[in-house]
Amino acid sequence: MIEALSHNMTASDPWLILLVVVPLLSAPLCILLRSGIAAWSVATAVSWVVFAIALYLLNTVMESGTMIYRIGGWDAPWGIEYRLDAVGAFVIVIVAAIGAVVMPYARQSVAAEIPAERHYLFYAMMMLNLSGLLGIAVTGDAFNLFVFLEISSLSTYVLISLGSDRRALTAAYRYLIMGTLGATFYIIGVGLMYQMTGTLNISDLATIMPAVAETRTILAAMAFLTVGISLKIALFPLHTWLPNAYTFAPSVVTIFIAATATKVAVYILLRIVFTVFGQVDIFAHFPIQPVLMVMAIAAMFLASLSAIWQENVKRMMAYSSVAQIGYMVLGVALATETGLTGSIVHLFNHAIMKGAAFMAIGAIIFATGAVTIKDLEGIGRRMPLTMAAFVVAGLSLIGVPLTVGFISKWQLVSASLELNMWPLAALIVLSSLLAIVYVWRIFEVAYLRQPHITEHNPKIVPLSMLIPTWILALAGIYFGANATFTLDVAHAAARQLMGGL
Amino acid sequence: MAELQDLLGLVNYWVFIVLMMVGFYVVIAQGNLIKKVVGLNIFQVSVFVFYISMGKVDGGSAPILDEAVKIYSNPLPHVLILTAIVVGVATTALALALVVRINRAYGTIEEDAIQAIEHDEEDLA
Repeated sequence: MIEALSHNMTASDPWLILLVVVPLLSAPLCILLRSGIAAWSVATAVSWVVFAIALYLLNTVMESGTMIYRIGGWDAPWGIEYRLDAVGAFVIVIVAAIGAVVMPYARQSVAAEIPAERHYLFYAMMMLNLSGLLGIAVTGDAFNLFVFLEISSLSTYVLISLGSDRRALTAAYRYLIMGTLGATFYIIGVGLMYQMTGTLNISDLATIMPAVAETRTILAAMAFLTVGISLKIALFPLHTWLPNAYTFAPSVVTIFIAATATKVAVYILLRIVFTVFGQVDIFAHFPIQPVLMVMAIAAMFLASLSAIWQENVKRMMAYSSVAQIGYMVLGVALATETGLTGSIVHLFNHAIMKGAAFMAIGAIIFATGAVTIKDLEGIGRRMPLTMAAFVVAGLSLIGVPLTVGFISKWQLVSASLELNMWPLAALIVLSSLLAIVYVWRIFEVAYLRQPHITEHNPKIVPLSMLIPTWILALAGIYFGANATFTLDVAHAAARQLMGGL
Repeated sequence: MAELQDLLGLVNYWVFIVLMMVGFYVVIAQGNLIKKVVGLNIFQVSVFVFYISMGKVDGGSAPILDEAVKIYSNPLPHVLILTAIVVGVATTALALALVVRINRAYGTIEEDAIQAIEHDEEDLA
C-alpha cells in the first residue's frame, strides 16, 4: 500500500503539462490560421479538450491524491515540478469550465463587438490567457508561477484594450501599470524568500521556511507578496483598476476575466499563506490576519455601496465583484477549515453567478446596445429569457437560499460563529442587504417600468449565447440546491491547506 | 568600522532600493503616460539588480566549469532574470503600443487631460 502510494507520488502524469501546453500551442495556431471562424473553431475545441483534461485531473486528485509532473525528467527541487492538489484541481476546473462555456458564446458576441480582421488575434489572446491561468494553478514552482501570471496578465491587457469604447484603452493601460507593479512585488517577495532558503520549489520552500521564518528578510518577503497578490486580486483598496477594466472590455472578456482571473489570484494567496508558510505559525509572526480581515470587510461594504450608485450595469457588477472578493479574502483571513471551505467554494460559486450575470448583460448589449440602468426599462418583458437568467444570478449575489451564493455565505457565517465572532457574522448578513439594494435597482427597472415604445424591437439573441447563459444560471441553482459535490471538494482542499500540504 | 564595511558591502542592495523607490515614485507621480512606462522600467530593472546581486558568492568565479576554480557564483538568479527581462520587454512594448493608441484616440498622453475628457463623457452619458 505504502509502496503503491509512493509510486503514485513519483509518477509523472503528462496530462498535467498538456493542460497548459494545449491552449498555449493553440494560440500561435490561431494566428497562423488568419481566419476568425477557423480560430474560433480551434479555440472552442481546445477549451473543451482542456475542460475534459481538468475534469480527469480533478477526479484523479480526489481519488488518489496529489499529482506530480517533472519537467524534462528533472527531480524537484532542481527541476521545475508541476504539482496538483485538491485546491489546484478545483481552480483549474473552474477556469476550464468557464472557458468551455464562454467560447461558444464568444462567436456572436465577438462578431458584434470587435472588427472582423481582429477576430483571430482575439481568440489567440483568449487561448494565451487560458493557458496562463491554468499554469498558475498547476505549477509547483514560485518563479514559474510568476511567468504564467504575466502570460495571463499581458493577454488580459490586450483583450481589455479591444473594447469598442476608447476608454477601454485607458482602462487597459491603468490595469497594465497596476498589474505589473503587483507582479513585480510578487517577484521581489519570491527573490527575498530565495535569498533565505535557496529554493523556488513551493513544497521545498514550505519545508525550509520554519528555520528562517523569523528573519526580517522573510517578513519583508511576506509584505511584498501580500501587497503584490492583493493588487492582482483587486482587494480593496487596491481594486481601482478593476471597475473600468470590466466596464469597457468586450463582453466576452468581461465574462471570462470576472469569472476566472481574480479567482486564480486568490488561489495564489492561498498557496503562499497556507502552503509556503504552511508549517510556520504565520499569523503569529505577521499581522496578516487583521490586515486581510479589515480590507475584506471594507470591500464588502464600500464596494457594495459604490455598486448601488452606478448607472452603468457592467460597472455595477464590477463593484459587486470587488465586494464578493471581500468574502473570499474574509474566509482566508478566518483561517479555519470552515472559513477556507467557504472561501474556496465561493471561488466556484462566484465564477458561476458572475459569469451568468455578465453573460446576460452581454446578451442585452448584443440585442439592444443598452448598458445603463435607464436603457434597461422594461427589458424584462422584451427579453424575458435573458433577463430571467440575470435574475437567477442576481439572487445568487444576494445569497438567497437555493442559489450558490447562499452556500458560500452560509459557510462563512458558520465559520465566524465557530470562532465566536458574532459581529462578523452580522456584518456578512448586513452586507448582503446592500446587494439586495443594487440588484433590486435592476429588477425594478427591468420588470416594473414600461418599455420605450418608440424603439425598434431588440435583435433576437442567438441560441449560441442564450444556452451558455442558461447553463451557468442553472448551474447556479443546481449547485445551490445540491452543494455536496462542490462542498466536498472545497472541504478536501481546505483540509489539505490547513494540514500544510 | 565593521558597520561601515557592512554598509558598503551591501551597496548593490542600496542601489536596488533607491532604484526601486525612484521607479515607483515616477510611476505614481508622473502624469505623462510615457514617463510612467519609464518609471515602470526603472522599477523592474531594480529587481533585476536585486536578483543578480543575490547570485554573487564571495570570491566565486563565473559559473563555468573549470578545474582551477573551486567556488562559483550561483547562476540560477541570473537565468531567472533573463526570463524576467523578456517579460519586462513584452510589458514595455505592450504599454507603449497602448500609449500610441491612446494618443490617437484622445489626442493627448497627459493623464490629467485624458481624465478631463473622460469626465466630460461620463456627464454626457
